[in-house]
Amino acid sequence: MTIINEGEPRPVDEEGVVTSITLGKSQGRLILERFLHNWVAMTSLGIFLAVIILSVTSIGAFGIPGWWKYRYTDLATPLNGGAPTLSLIPTWLGGDGIHLGEHPFGQTLIGIDYFSMTMRGVQNSLIVMFIIGALVAVIGTVVGAVAGYYRGWVESVLMRFTDLVIVIPVIVLGAVVGKIASEHFKGLGVLGLSLVLGLFLWTGLARLVRGEFLTLREREYVDAARVSGARDARIMFRHILPNAVGVVIVATTLIMAAAILLETGLSYLGFGIRSPDVSLGLIISQNQTAFGTRPYLFLWPGVFIVIIALTVNFIGDGLRDAFDPRQRKFVASRMKERDEK
Amino acid sequence: MVTFIARRLIVSVLLLLGAAFIMYQLTALAGDPLEEFYQSRLPNRDQLIAARTEALQLNVPAPLRFFLWLGGAAKCLIPFANTCDLGLTAQGQKVIDLLPMAMGSTLQLVTAATVLAIVVGITFGIVSALRQYTTFDFVMTFVSFLLYSLPSFWVGILLKEFVAIRFNDFLGDPELGPVWITVIAVVIGLLWVGLVGGEWRRRVSVFIVSTLATAAVLVYFSLTDWFLHPSIGPVFLLIMSAGIGLVLSTLMAGLRNRRALLTAGIQVVITMICYFALQSLLDISSIYTLLILGLITVVVGLATGYFVGGPDRGLNMRVGAFTAVLSASLILVDRLMQSWPQYLGESAINGRPIATVGSQTPNLGGDIWIHGIDSFTHLLLPTLTLMLIGFAGYTRYSRAGMLDVLNQDYIRTARAKGMPERVVIVRHAFRNSLIPIATIVASDFGALLGGAIITEQVFAFSGMGALFQRGISLPDPNPVMGYFVVIAVMVIVFNFIADMTYSALDPRVRTRG
Repeated sequence: MTIINEGEPRPVDEEGVVTSITLGKSQGRLILERFLHNWVAMTSLGIFLAVIILSVTSIGAFGIPGWWKYRYTDLATPLNGGAPTLSLIPTWLGGDGIHLGEHPFGQTLIGIDYFSMTMRGVQNSLIVMFIIGALVAVIGTVVGAVAGYYRGWVESVLMRFTDLVIVIPVIVLGAVVGKIASEHFKGLGVLGLSLVLGLFLWTGLARLVRGEFLTLREREYVDAARVSGARDARIMFRHILPNAVGVVIVATTLIMAAAILLETGLSYLGFGIRSPDVSLGLIISQNQTAFGTRPYLFLWPGVFIVIIALTVNFIGDGLRDAFDPRQRKFVASRMKERDEK
Repeated sequence: MVTFIARRLIVSVLLLLGAAFIMYQLTALAGDPLEEFYQSRLPNRDQLIAARTEALQLNVPAPLRFFLWLGGAAKCLIPFANTCDLGLTAQGQKVIDLLPMAMGSTLQLVTAATVLAIVVGITFGIVSALRQYTTFDFVMTFVSFLLYSLPSFWVGILLKEFVAIRFNDFLGDPELGPVWITVIAVVIGLLWVGLVGGEWRRRVSVFIVSTLATAAVLVYFSLTDWFLHPSIGPVFLLIMSAGIGLVLSTLMAGLRNRRALLTAGIQVVITMICYFALQSLLDISSIYTLLILGLITVVVGLATGYFVGGPDRGLNMRVGAFTAVLSASLILVDRLMQSWPQYLGESAINGRPIATVGSQTPNLGGDIWIHGIDSFTHLLLPTLTLMLIGFAGYTRYSRAGMLDVLNQDYIRTARAKGMPERVVIVRHAFRNSLIPIATIVASDFGALLGGAIITEQVFAFSGMGALFQRGISLPDPNPVMGYFVVIAVMVIVFNFIADMTYSALDPRVRTRG
């Protein structure tokens, strides 16, 4: 008997008897395939990666310079009143042809290249987003797992803390903490802001994970693991967690999309990232009065916020469909109508 | 049930106290209210510092000061005693005097946005679910994701520029060109096609009819300078209220139920009579007159339904009341529109009605209709900003909820026993899909109130958010705490309502005593 993968032609001997064992696809493989076949999520992933690559390579990161000639700290005299030179209309349509020009997104009043500023803002937003995502995933999973597995007082403490965070809206907490930081530590840096927000945003995920653990801990395989002498930590993280990982991944992605809106919102209000560093929300708030005369100063940061948040939301939705195809239900009667046509 | 409620209440109060304590300590850390004096060279600097220290009790350490503050706040619970004390602002005003104004504007804003978002969002979500995997569904899904990813401050500024300033410019010469008429008519036609659906023949006819109708209305508006002198007028009022009656009785009772249709018809007749009879009363109305009239409207609607009778009186009464309220609100809209030219002519407005900042025009005279329009033009953009984001969420939730319900066995049973599709959708599916949405709406209210901080900042709207924003920037602890108490109480109350609705609507959820 040979072993083949699912989907391959099955070898048959002279008498027509199948001589192979078909290897079924693993759960992870199925999920990956469902995700890869979701073109909306895949397109979003492509755009999202393109934004990351653009922002990192153009102005560089971690002290390594990028390919773009200006930095967001360079002062210069605005050329041509700081007008943007980006042109996307080809010549045969009566435009100037497709080119970037000297300052594609224009320059600010003091001559800083707006493209490099926007890219710096994108980088900061992405950093905030990933740190919050990592913090939320780790803290939320651990707390949720412990609360759902042990129940009792651990669970009560967790749930009361969750309720507290619900009572104080996150944006209020963020604003107060941002103010405290600017009072005592000369403002929250990018890292500080993401740490603080991450420390408050995990409660939603912890609730979800706890819910999963409450049902999963009653399964037979948990009893089996316990009977064979596994310790609690091993049961929680080796046996139960792999079955709850879908919830963690999906919720984390959606929290990351919300986090970028929260970060830019706080920076817009003046409680987040502060000048001289750059945040997309901060440059929108600095340039909002210039809308009538210099709309491009206002437009680009917003466009990048929307692109990042939208693609991450679509990726999250695609992951949800991949992990839990039950949610992508169809109406039976409607499918029947379609079959009959 | 009583023990359940009691336990929830006690937990809520403890939560509120805990959160207030944390918030108070954080606010105390956020800065020194005396800071502005340290650099000052005023001769009476020391007296000023002493006075503010006295007023804000700054010589007491923050953890203890919280209990002093709590003592004052606890007096708010004594009814009608007027001893409420939430402390003073840095300028020496009582916080309790600032709160009602701010609460009023923010609640108007958030309530209007929530109600609109719920109605529009749930409608589109449900239709999207019923037309799953059609172009309409895909477009709605994309739009709701897009709105969900929009930063509210960015949208707010865009709305200011493209809705307010452009519309005000447009009012200078209110004439729609043929291009705009075509574009708007085609978009609205496509929207109707998506909403109505069906086979292609029906789609084409729906598209033609709705596009032509929209275009005709727009041409009429453009030719008659409708935007400068808007009104509904008796003819359109008749058409619109008859339409409301027809749609409501179709949806709620089905056209076969003649008694419901009769009830709705009577409401339309009463509306028309009231339109002519009440104009002079409306001219001199105050807000209380309108409240009484509204109450009478509901009663008349219910009574008509009752006297029409038939086997299902409750249904008639509901149809009657809903038709009456909606048609009567058309009369109000018409009356507001009659004051529009006068509002445009006010010197404070100067022909640019849609406001981009503030919550009201200062020094505006006139009756309640002028003030009504004034609130409307100021609330329009902030409400729209808040609504768009809420709309996105509710569309997603109600679509998912509806699909979930439509796959249940009892829906198949209802279809199998020959229920008409309308009954299956409205009575069996729609009502059950509302259960999870009811909880989400209530618990989302807190997030919406928090989000209002950003919207209020964009539109310089003087509400709760502005109070908080000013308080935390100075810093000035007591207004921040005043803001927090209001928000927290509302969040807790709404979460409480959410739990109660859930257990009331869904008998499967048992309340543990």
